[in-house]
Amino acid sequence: MATVELTVKSLQGAVDPDWCPGCGDFGVLKSLKEAIVELKIAPHNVLVVSGIGCSSNLPGFIHAYGVHSLHGRAVPVATGAALANHDLHVVAVGGDGDGFGIGMGHFIHAMRRNLNLTYIVMDNEVYGLTTGQASPTTTEGHKTKSTPRGNVEKPIQPLALAIATGATYVARGFSGEPKQLTKLIAGAIVHKGFSLIDVFSPCVTFNKINTYPWFKERLYKLEDGPYDPTDLMAAMEKSMEWGSRIPIGLLYRHEKPTYEDTEPVLTKGPLVDQPLGLDQKTFDEVLAETM
Amino acid sequence: MATEITIGIAGAAGDGLDRTGDTLARTAARLGLHLYTYNSYQSLIRGGHTWLRLRLAEEKVDNHGDHLNVLVALNQDGIERHAREVEPGGAIIFNSARFTCDPTLVPEGVSLVPLPMPELTAGLGKIQPVMQNTAALGALLHLIGFDLEATADILVETFKKKGQEVIDQNIGVLRAGYQHAAGKVPALPYPWKFSRKRRPVVTGNHMIALGAVAGGCKFYSAYPMSPASFILHWLAAHSEKLGVLVKQAEDELAVMNLAIGAGHAGVRAMCATSGGGFALMSEAIGMAGMIETPVVVVNVQRGGPSTGLPTKTEQGDLNQAIGASQGDFPRVIVAPRDATDCFYTAVEAFNLAETFQLPVIIISDLLLGEHRSTVDPEAISSQVPIERGEWVEALSPDDAQNGGYKRYALTPSGISPRARPGREGLIHVSGTDDHDEHGILISDEHTNPAIRRKMHEKRMRKMVGVRARLQPPVLEGRAGADVTLIGWGSTWSVIHEAVEQLNRSGVSANQIHFKYMHPFHGAEASAILKGCKRTIVVENSFSGQFARHLRAESGFTVDHVLTRYDGEPFEPAYIAERVKANLAGKPVDLEVQDHEAREMAYHHIRIHMQDRARPGRLRKVAGAAYGETVWAVELVNRADGRPEGMLVIGATTGAGYGWHPTVPSVLGDASAALFETSVGLPSGADSEAATAKRAH
Repeated sequence: MATVELTVKSLQGAVDPDWCPGCGDFGVLKSLKEAIVELKIAPHNVLVVSGIGCSSNLPGFIHAYGVHSLHGRAVPVATGAALANHDLHVVAVGGDGDGFGIGMGHFIHAMRRNLNLTYIVMDNEVYGLTTGQASPTTTEGHKTKSTPRGNVEKPIQPLALAIATGATYVARGFSGEPKQLTKLIAGAIVHKGFSLIDVFSPCVTFNKINTYPWFKERLYKLEDGPYDPTDLMAAMEKSMEWGSRIPIGLLYRHEKPTYEDTEPVLTKGPLVDQPLGLDQKTFDEVLAETM
Repeated sequence: MATEITIGIAGAAGDGLDRTGDTLARTAARLGLHLYTYNSYQSLIRGGHTWLRLRLAEEKVDNHGDHLNVLVALNQDGIERHAREVEPGGAIIFNSARFTCDPTLVPEGVSLVPLPMPELTAGLGKIQPVMQNTAALGALLHLIGFDLEATADILVETFKKKGQEVIDQNIGVLRAGYQHAAGKVPALPYPWKFSRKRRPVVTGNHMIALGAVAGGCKFYSAYPMSPASFILHWLAAHSEKLGVLVKQAEDELAVMNLAIGAGHAGVRAMCATSGGGFALMSEAIGMAGMIETPVVVVNVQRGGPSTGLPTKTEQGDLNQAIGASQGDFPRVIVAPRDATDCFYTAVEAFNLAETFQLPVIIISDLLLGEHRSTVDPEAISSQVPIERGEWVEALSPDDAQNGGYKRYALTPSGISPRARPGREGLIHVSGTDDHDEHGILISDEHTNPAIRRKMHEKRMRKMVGVRARLQPPVLEGRAGADVTLIGWGSTWSVIHEAVEQLNRSGVSANQIHFKYMHPFHGAEASAILKGCKRTIVVENSFSGQFARHLRAESGFTVDHVLTRYDGEPFEPAYIAERVKANLAGKPVDLEVQDHEAREMAYHHIRIHMQDRARPGRLRKVAGAAYGETVWAVELVNRADGRPEGMLVIGATTGAGYGWHPTVPSVLGDASAALFETSVGLPSGADSEAATAKRAH
């Protein structure tokens, strides 16, 4: 087969997205493709792993290997795949319900491990596929189908959590800022370690509060002002900023060895390429321990 | 007949019982004996007390049997609890400087071997309390006719990191115990023929781990859970040497999904847990079935439901394994029968998982997983078949013209050759929604009943291929027997021995044992069972899950289900007796037995009496005003044998009718005498005299 030139078009998936017209996820998909093109990564070396939800349908819409896994389990499936073959660029994707609700435990622990993983959360502050219930990032007072008197729970702060838990690349993007988003995703893929990009990706059908205009009014870019993303305390402070002004951009970056770097078994190359089974000598040695 | 002996070591956690048992087991194994050890670490004696039985034999043994020939008691409780179980011709070894042995507890024909520790170890330096074990071990070696030097070698290896002084002292104590016993009592008449063939001493967990690695396992994920944790510990300790990546994860949801992620990327991946963890893994097991990812999951069952009995055995998760996850999907469920079988089951599990691209569940249990036995070194080998199934390495011209690689191609076998992510030209998405041959979803906007039907059939068709590969069950033993015992998994050996006992006692018996739970050889089973006279399923569960499964799969209803669900494993005689009772038409006796009334009393004493008493005599009293027959259990002071009141326990319900300082009047006049004639434990001085008298 002749090698196809790598373009955004060549990365088109087998089917077209089934998202609602105007869905923020279109922007995320486009930026992911652009980042892959920019980095010149062969698509067969990319594995996109998702959970369940509108945004988790993304693997079907991009020409790359994909696993459309279970609700909340994108991160552990991606982790297993990344550990089995660390030559792959593994990108986990999903929504805020998927990642911060049912998948919250995995999210925290994956960051703690600093695996070389990119995790893009399409955060629309609502459960979309199940037709509009409150999600872990739904703002207080927000009336949804499951909170008809207004949401009484405090939304989680994914970026603050990420920084506190040990993620080494923490960013926030917005579907309405595609250029910045592409840059953030490309930076995440290149980054050695766990990268989180929480993307404001408006749900035009079920979230009438956190709309494009709502975000546009409030968002400002960190790269426009004096800001040092290697400053942990500054990043922590920015991660909590919410209200009339909300920062987007790279909040925090920190270089440290990845899980893969420190796992002795992986120093011999990707697990998937290592020989199977035991030689007689090793077999006899481990059995001798019991004699 | 082959010579064998069963030794029991009783003590508390922290008494060093495990180490002593290990040394004895390895000694026996180095002498060329086979062994099986059963460690009942439990709360039924007193909190944290453990009871280790070692069955040592010239021939292969795979259960702990029915006997107790020598008791090594490391504490007072061990004597009180187990002395009465020692068989005539046997012996009881204990540290007479710390403990006493009430002669009324000692059966006729059992000799006492008291070890006066301070006297015995004079001149050997400062003696740690735990060294009483080593002296006891020395005495035991003399008593059972074992070679001291094999044990001494093991002590050298054990203590080599601690220096020569520690080694010398331990071997000194070992010899002192040996010589003391040799000077006081003759060795018991065990005509051992030591082959001195060395054999590994292993557990089922150990063999599953080793078999998995020999069979190509490269990735192991786990969350700690008894009784599966040994697999994690052993693989983690040997990870680098064996080239297996071991990952402890945050929960079993992650564990299973990690293994599936790794399996999807192309490595052989396994995880293990017990019932509770398995429940959390269920949804993902269904995913493996749907996206056709090979993965091996081990469920080392323990007593359920819920947290249940973390340190006790049960076969209560069969329903869960069969019913794990929503919908129908191809899966294999295999139940190994012994340690050697665990090794090959792990190998086979990977070959089935990869050949047929499905989840394979190995269903073991605490008994098989944790209890140690010898395996013949030639019975296991590093050279095992590794069958990786069908793979695609490059895009075919046909596929190139037809929308690309068909990950889920509809094939006659149901097996769609798979491609490893990272291969050029074979890009595809594996989705948990139902999908077409390319992996494209057919579930959302455009649900397609026709594709759904054919894809569902394709997946399930793989089970035909699996079934064709598996060995159907066979009838073992004499044809035309009066009774056929049916079992599955870890109970093969104990049923086998029960069958031998039945045949020796004039009841002709045979057995049929099942390894493959799913797919199930229903027709084959039915054909065999229809020719059997009386059929009894023997299983460690309350409801007889296997008996129901057998009926569902074969249409065959067994005559009787012999269950045990108290957390303890079967013994051969237990099965044989209950089979005989059933053949005699007796109903199952669910009344509280005398030993059970005693255990209930121990529980009361531990919780409400700060362990100051022990159960004395007990008697069933009918006609009291409790609405049922009751057990009246005398309690006596552990230190001086004074009466400590009476416990009344319902003989049918097991209800606690309370502690009473004197005989409760409700029991009636007849039972009053019982309490007043309590024997109890003699005072210290009397006990010493009695002990000395019994020793010679």
